[in-house]
Amino acid sequence: MTDIPAVSEKYSGKIGEVVLGKGDYRAGNAKGMPFLSFENPTKRRPMIAGEVLDDITDYPKLAADMFDGREKDPVEWALMWKQLGADMICLRLVSTDPGKADTSPEDSAALVKRISDSTGLPIMVCGCGVPEKDIETLTAVSNTVRDSRLILSKVDESDYKRLSTAAMANNHLVLAFSNLDVNLAKQMNILLTDFGVQKTDIMMDPLMAALGMGLDYSYSVNERIRLAALNGDRMLQVPMICDCTSAWSVSDATNDEDPSMGDPSHRVTWWETMTALSALISGADVVIMRGPGAMDMVKVYAEELTGAV
Amino acid sequence: MPTAIEFFKLLPKTNCKDCGQPTCLAFAMLLANQKAKIDDCPHIKKESKDALSEASAPPVRTVSIGPKGKGIEMGGETVLYRHERRFVNQTAYAVTVSDSLDTDAIKERIKKIGSLRFERVGLVFDIDLISIKNESGITERYLDCIRTVTSEWDRPFILECDNADILAEALNLCRSRRPLIYAADDDNVDFLASLSKDSGCPLAVRCSDIDDAVVLTEKAKKLGIEDLVLDLGSKNLKECLERQTVARRSALKKKFKPLGYPLMNRVGSGEYAVATAVISTLKYGSLVIFDDLSSYEALPLFTLRQNIYTDPQVPIQVKQGLYPIGNPDEHSPIMFTTNFSLTYFTVRADIEKSKIPVWLQTVNTEGLSVLTAYAAGKFDPEHVKEALDESGVLTKSNGIVVVPGLVSRMSGKLQELIKRDVIVGTTESKNIPKHLKEITS
Repeated sequence: MTDIPAVSEKYSGKIGEVVLGKGDYRAGNAKGMPFLSFENPTKRRPMIAGEVLDDITDYPKLAADMFDGREKDPVEWALMWKQLGADMICLRLVSTDPGKADTSPEDSAALVKRISDSTGLPIMVCGCGVPEKDIETLTAVSNTVRDSRLILSKVDESDYKRLSTAAMANNHLVLAFSNLDVNLAKQMNILLTDFGVQKTDIMMDPLMAALGMGLDYSYSVNERIRLAALNGDRMLQVPMICDCTSAWSVSDATNDEDPSMGDPSHRVTWWETMTALSALISGADVVIMRGPGAMDMVKVYAEELTGAV
Repeated sequence: MPTAIEFFKLLPKTNCKDCGQPTCLAFAMLLANQKAKIDDCPHIKKESKDALSEASAPPVRTVSIGPKGKGIEMGGETVLYRHERRFVNQTAYAVTVSDSLDTDAIKERIKKIGSLRFERVGLVFDIDLISIKNESGITERYLDCIRTVTSEWDRPFILECDNADILAEALNLCRSRRPLIYAADDDNVDFLASLSKDSGCPLAVRCSDIDDAVVLTEKAKKLGIEDLVLDLGSKNLKECLERQTVARRSALKKKFKPLGYPLMNRVGSGEYAVATAVISTLKYGSLVIFDDLSSYEALPLFTLRQNIYTDPQVPIQVKQGLYPIGNPDEHSPIMFTTNFSLTYFTVRADIEKSKIPVWLQTVNTEGLSVLTAYAAGKFDPEHVKEALDESGVLTKSNGIVVVPGLVSRMSGKLQELIKRDVIVGTTESKNIPKHLKEITS
């Protein structure tokens, strides 16, 4: 038989490593393309984060029905994620929106503290999307929860200094957001490091578009980011977070009007799982999940793809 | 592909002009650019010709199942990552029909497989092949099953049979449809290769691992069989990802011929089967055979395949047209956006979230997004008016016309052109529900 030629790539770069939570969780450090043990000796399973909201008024009922009522209390909900095997909580402080409950920064900070203390898991904290309020909320959160390395979400090109300042003061990380563009992703990391944020305190979110809603773009942007980083582009050697809950906004995923499309709760579970598997195969170090069934599948498959350590 | 000099070395170097070129070197340069065929040189030695056709063969062979020109093509891939160039032949999906079923049940099953069919943005997603599975071990039963399938199913199919004698009979019956023979292994490769050769049907090779694949394909090739599809014998997701990556990289980057064939997976049914199909679709699989597939698994999987195999250079588009959302009437607002599918679906989803009926008009911007299309002059007031006139939406509703916030600059001109009040909408799609509530209350 003819010998098979060696095909493992010799990359000149590697992905940086970040420490999360109380120091017991790590992400990143990849030295090759995802899950290829013949070129990537870092056998680290990507982290799986479970999504928690502080107000479920606008949260889909199909998802709420999967949590046995525990979604009504964010601390209970986070604990349930921990029992299900999640490595991280992605907490969305949607009630802080001045157009909604306008929850105060102090109350939000106290909630993050309670979730952190009761679960012991790393937390990624997201604002409501109103820039001024988010700065107030996330700064208060950062100042209050100082015994866990939180990820503050998110900073973008137009506004990164204020949140980065809070993160630097409290040993937290920032999530650098860019919109489906390799150069913008790189630009964000340059801006942040120029401002003084250490690369070990940055994770990036290149925007994971859901299956059927632009996944093709995200998949290729992720692969290009990861290949460039491995080939030595230091400003892209930052671990990547992919938010796969976007799968729940695809109407084909949740539509319950057409029986030929099959059961919607099974369908959306696969929709989110496939979005997440595509994210992982293209380079995600952390995936954020909404459905417990999808989270479970993704965790089992990610473990298997990683292989025995 | 060899260089011009490599071709030149193997030519007669007589400059006889019989190929139509002034010199052998000129001919060699055309060969290297794939603008001439080796056969155009009448004097080339057979050994040289064999060496050249070997070297100029594509790194991953294209193999078809079904009648030539009407079947399914697999392989022919040229790149490892889809951002480099569009993947050529999308993963084909097959579902089994077993000969242990009676004729009525077989017909029922074929109908069910055919019903796994969805239409999405003008594309049809469906199952490509049936795999006819010999479970009975009885020749007549298998032949009857094949007869039923061939009369009820006009697309390509697979003969999945472990008994070589039954397989030989089956091929006598249906060779003209060029089914894929599944599968040759270490024990029967000689006999199955002869069946493949006699019938002209492609052959799947079931390997125990990737080394075994090299042994088997080299053997098959010696027997004159090159229309091969490789099942690398992966038992789990990791093996599937790693083996298929090794095979594809060695074929593309090292020009390693023994692994330069389309790859396939035989999975069962249920969650793990679908997960394997996902990995295979993402990384280099050309064919997946399922025992069964539910519609809630099939729709996302078909969508994934479409996403991965779409051309990264050509944006997916929806047709220019009027899309009513939630039974709009003569008072409902009229919104418009580009025909870039990502934009369309985002806007559509956000309108649906508002639960307010809307007439949504798409404008043909050749798949460009709002700002790019505006800058390129494909999303200006004139084009928008044309689209609105073509669909007649202005006669269907006297509602307000909402201009996308990113192109608010066109509102004055548009208002003038369509003689209707317009209002500037949101710059971000996610704010549409809030805005719609404000303007309709």
